[in-house]
Amino acid sequence: MTVLRDVETLPGVSGWHRVCRLTDLLPERGAAALVAGVQVALFRTFEGGLHAVGNLDPFSGAQVMSRGLLGCRGGVPVVASPMFKHVFDLRTGESLSEPGPGLPVFAVRVQDDMVEVSLEPASQPASSSADTADRAGTVASGER
Amino acid sequence: MVVVGHGPAGHRLVEALRARDAAGTCRVTVLGEETRAAYDRVALTSYLTEDADLALPEHDEAVRVVAGDPVTGIDLAARTVTTASGLVVEYDALVLATGSAPFVPPVPGKDLPGVFVYRTIDDLDALREHCTNLTLSRPGAGGVVVGGGLLGLEAARAVQGLGVETHVVEVAPWLMPRQLDEGGGAMLRRHVEALGMNVHAGTPMERLEAGEDGAVASVALAGGASLDAGVVVFSAGVRPRDELARGCGLQVGERGGIVVDEACRTSDPAVFAIGECALVDGQVYGLVAPCFSMAEVVADQLLAAASDTDCTARFEGADLSTKLKLMGVDVASFGDPFRADGLDVTYTDPVAGIYKRLVVSDDARTLLGGVLVGDASGYPALRAQVGTRLPGSPEQVLFGGTEAAGGDLPGATVICSCNNVSAEAIRSGIRAESLTEVAQVKACTRAGTTCGSCVPLVKRILDAELTAAGVEVSRALCEHFEHSRAELFDIVRVTGITTFTRLIAEHGRGRGCDICKPVVASILASLGNGHILDGEQAALQDTNDHHLANLQKNGTYSVVPRIPGGEITPERLIVIGEVARDFGLYTKITGGQRIDLFGARVEQLPLIWRRLVDAGFESGHAYGKALRTVKSCVGSTWCRYGVQDSVGMAIALELRYRGLRAPHKIKAAVSGCARECAEAQAKDFGVIATEGGWNLYVGGNGGMRPRHADLFATDLSDEELIRYVDRFLMFYIRTADRLQRTASWLESLDGGLDYLREVVVEDRLGIAGELDAAMARHVGSYSDEWADTLADPERMRRFVSFVNAPDVPDPSIAFETERDQIRPVLVAGAELEVAGR
Ligand SMILES: Cc1cc2nc3c(=O)[nH]c(=O)nc-3n(C[C@H](O)[C@H](O)[C@H](O)COP(=O)(O)OP(=O)(O)OC[C@H]3O[C@@H](n4cnc5c(N)ncnc54)[C@H](O)[C@@H]3O)c2cc1C
Ligand code: SF4
Ligand code: FES
Repeated sequence: MTVLRDVETLPGVSGWHRVCRLTDLLPERGAAALVAGVQVALFRTFEGGLHAVGNLDPFSGAQVMSRGLLGCRGGVPVVASPMFKHVFDLRTGESLSEPGPGLPVFAVRVQDDMVEVSLEPASQPASSSADTADRAGTVASGER
Repeated sequence: MVVVGHGPAGHRLVEALRARDAAGTCRVTVLGEETRAAYDRVALTSYLTEDADLALPEHDEAVRVVAGDPVTGIDLAARTVTTASGLVVEYDALVLATGSAPFVPPVPGKDLPGVFVYRTIDDLDALREHCTNLTLSRPGAGGVVVGGGLLGLEAARAVQGLGVETHVVEVAPWLMPRQLDEGGGAMLRRHVEALGMNVHAGTPMERLEAGEDGAVASVALAGGASLDAGVVVFSAGVRPRDELARGCGLQVGERGGIVVDEACRTSDPAVFAIGECALVDGQVYGLVAPCFSMAEVVADQLLAAASDTDCTARFEGADLSTKLKLMGVDVASFGDPFRADGLDVTYTDPVAGIYKRLVVSDDARTLLGGVLVGDASGYPALRAQVGTRLPGSPEQVLFGGTEAAGGDLPGATVICSCNNVSAEAIRSGIRAESLTEVAQVKACTRAGTTCGSCVPLVKRILDAELTAAGVEVSRALCEHFEHSRAELFDIVRVTGITTFTRLIAEHGRGRGCDICKPVVASILASLGNGHILDGEQAALQDTNDHHLANLQKNGTYSVVPRIPGGEITPERLIVIGEVARDFGLYTKITGGQRIDLFGARVEQLPLIWRRLVDAGFESGHAYGKALRTVKSCVGSTWCRYGVQDSVGMAIALELRYRGLRAPHKIKAAVSGCARECAEAQAKDFGVIATEGGWNLYVGGNGGMRPRHADLFATDLSDEELIRYVDRFLMFYIRTADRLQRTASWLESLDGGLDYLREVVVEDRLGIAGELDAAMARHVGSYSDEWADTLADPERMRRFVSFVNAPDVPDPSIAFETERDQIRPVLVAGAELEVAGR
């Protein structure tokens, strides 16, 4: 049984970890990944933005965030936990539906069509997702 | 005072007089030709289609009503009227409210048996009797309605409802020529034909021909065509009934109508004329609203005369906006759509069958009129805005017509033109009486009580008032859609949109969320737009639908195979047992007579389904907002008391509705006799066997807010039962709110159970055909979602624990043992559970 602790305390997790091909991620859905023993929820939005947050839903204690629905709240990209529908800001991990613990946010990038995650806590989201945040609200024409 | 004619105009006059004359200075006698007292002629068709009671409220005792005795002569000098029975009545003031009579063109054969007009209850009784005989003696017989105007189309739909293959013959080149231009007429034709009626426009009729029995049998058209016509209905316009006035020397118009001034006074100052028989300012009005206004004017005049005061009440023309009362076809015209000095803005969508035209003043600032075909949702608001400054560009008004008005309508705007009720009158009614329901506003202000077309606007004013008063009324689904679920359903249905992306781009904003995505997914699924896990739809489903299983507290899933009616063979029971044992699943019998298997990890789901599907099981849809189970008792096969085969019926129903996506889950049950062992009355729909068939109950609920189901219909045959359940479910799916169970839906339904019955049994909305077709599509396209998923590698991709380590089970999932079965242990500990709800 693996118990999730604060990421910083885990040894040997620095640097970028190759996780999967970009095409392994379904648009507008999430997938769970096991990165150096840490469960990470990866999301790829319609517009192509990528986000990586912790897979543990802090309200229910289950590793299910990757199965939540994506969306936006007032232009902020969010994920809603499938358990009790708590909503989190994908860029900051902040809990938006009620005060409480948030999600850890991880840096994520695409190199050679491969998705890479860094477990060092990212205060800022990866560049591709910042881009998403700007575009959220204008949305999704049918072309994609 | 004497009133001749007890139609809507005469009735309203007497009502207004009595309401304003508390002292009873006026003694009123009403002489009517029809054998019954006044009734609501506007709603005439509903008498045929739903046996509606059309009677208008009775007058109080101070009023003498003589029915069935037409007035035959007026002596202006002696101030008396004489009736057919010889009654002579004196008057100080006489009001003619004789209405009009259908115009029957002088074609050969017009007097044959089987030829009717469409004006009175007696006409309809005779028409119905004839059609009943006709369809019995000659099934499949045709019928012809002469006239493709508002009334003709209404009559045609009614004739069709009597089981006759219906043709509409219109002399003008297109339908509703008085309201529509050519483009609108062409679009309307497509809608009418889609309802299954045949349209012959631009073709005059030559003669009616009799068959062997002497009754009408066919209609010959110009150009040689002949139509099968066992029944013919003339609805080719009306002529004012001015024969009495003519006979006594009152002035009448060249083309008919009793000439009156703006106070509705005829050429004899003691005689008034109101309603459809009156010719005011060179015009005869064929709509009920102006008839009512004239009645009000005369009531004021008479009371002023009685008290010797001056009266300034005048009839000042009327709003001629109309809306076709034909469900399934939206047509409306408002203001003056033929104004030559205006500018046209036209929009046509041939795919959706929509045609809209606005006529605006040449500075594009003021709305003058327009027509709407295919989508008349903007009608109430647009009509109220005629003559006022447009709130935006004409295009914005054309498309935002519904949103543009509401709280901000000027107080003087007439909202209900039938009853001449202004926005201000409605607002002050709401405030003074603290009204919160549309029905209350109708009762209090009279708005919306006649043709009903202003009700949406009344509702919006009410909503705006309530919002201002701090009552929450927003129907918006979420921040991405302004619409309620029912509205979105209609949008998807009418536009045929098949993707969320297009729907939100055209009708919403942003990119959606966990609230609107599953709702749209469910709507798309209800409308049969593909597999719930196909393409883009897959991204909309919440995790239960996405994984075709139910998420449990530790992130594992439970699996429920369908066991229709709760009947299961020992072999299959053993398979379930073996699967549960092999995968180490916790096993429990559910309340819906099936077996729930808990503790499956994502990557185990396909393996479990494989085993189940191979043994003949399919998905039980326990994860979906869909039909769950149809529970049954053992019924007449085994039970000593049973009177019908409840298990057989439960299985048939469960197989029919399995997989049907709905606003919320649907549960059902069938009991084999009145002892009700299956608890059918606690279900969304419940069936209880009787000696004569089945009783159907709807809108029951267990759970948090238990509700006993209402008895909907009794002693149904198998076919009737299934037809009613089909329509009930489809109507619910169409109109309910997000996550609204049938119980609360039924409670919030305007008109309640009676209305539901009218829609389902009597097809009051004319949508039964659509509902039936929708259900037929569902039944025809059903396939097992588990088997489909197993067969599709693309869909199988989501059933892995980790995208980068598909073979590694989620290490956080752990179990301990309790009563010989597994039970989840949450890694993160108990304090987290408290944070959840
Ligand atoms: C099927 C149908 C649908 C309609 N739908 C709409 C609609 O959606 N919207 C709308 O605005 N309008 C509609 N109308 C029109 C509306 O019904 C009329 O405008 C309204 O009925 C006119 O009222 P009235 O009292 O002037 O005349 P009527 O309703 O014709 O009443 C006149 C009465 O006077 C009686 N009478 C005549 N002569 C004598 C006599 N010599 N002695 C005694 N009694 C006499 C007649 O028998 C009749 O009962 C519809 C009409 C029909 C037939
Ligand atoms: S409802 Fe009637 S038929 Fe069914 S088990 Fe009970 S007693 Fe028997
Ligand atoms: S406009 Fe006809 S009832 Fe209000």
